[in-house]
Amino acid sequence: MQLGRVTGTVVATMKAEGLDGVKFLVVQPLDKHQAPIGRPVIAADAVHMAGPGELVYFVASREAAEALDPRFVPVDHAIVGIVDMVTP
Amino acid sequence: MKVGRVAGNVVSTINHPFFDGKRLMLCDVLDDAGEPTGGYTIAVDTVDAGVGETVLFIDEGNSARQVFGLTTGPIRAVIVGIVDSIDTV
Repeated sequence: MQLGRVTGTVVATMKAEGLDGVKFLVVQPLDKHQAPIGRPVIAADAVHMAGPGELVYFVASREAAEALDPRFVPVDHAIVGIVDMVTP
Repeated sequence: MKVGRVAGNVVSTINHPFFDGKRLMLCDVLDDAGEPTGGYTIAVDTVDAGVGETVLFIDEGNSARQVFGLTTGPIRAVIVGIVDSIDTV
């Protein structure tokens, strides 16, 4: 899993089967110091509560498809948690 | 499996139900000489690893799910051991 910052939302009316009701967010991947690294990705919100500005962690590839309910829908990144803090 | 060093603890209240009650550790990935490669991952801890410890972790989904006795779950990185020493020839 990787840290990311939600930077926006994506609205899509026409979607593949299985994606109805799934919220999509723009996520900027971060390094461990929470500095941006690489290009933004579009991630499904598997916690249903993430929004722009929040620090999240997300999974990619098959694990992303496992995160949603019903599982195994066509997504390649999914937010699986909102970060309260990283210690130390 | 890969070798990493625990750099911190990720605290999260709102998460996918799979992660309820699980400890998430931020781990630097190390090379065979024990030096950080620059990469990191957030892994679920199963061995009570602490910050600063060198750990052995899985970075593959099916093996990770097997650790928890599951066939489904959005998990890929799991800490499965604390490294005492690494000897290379």
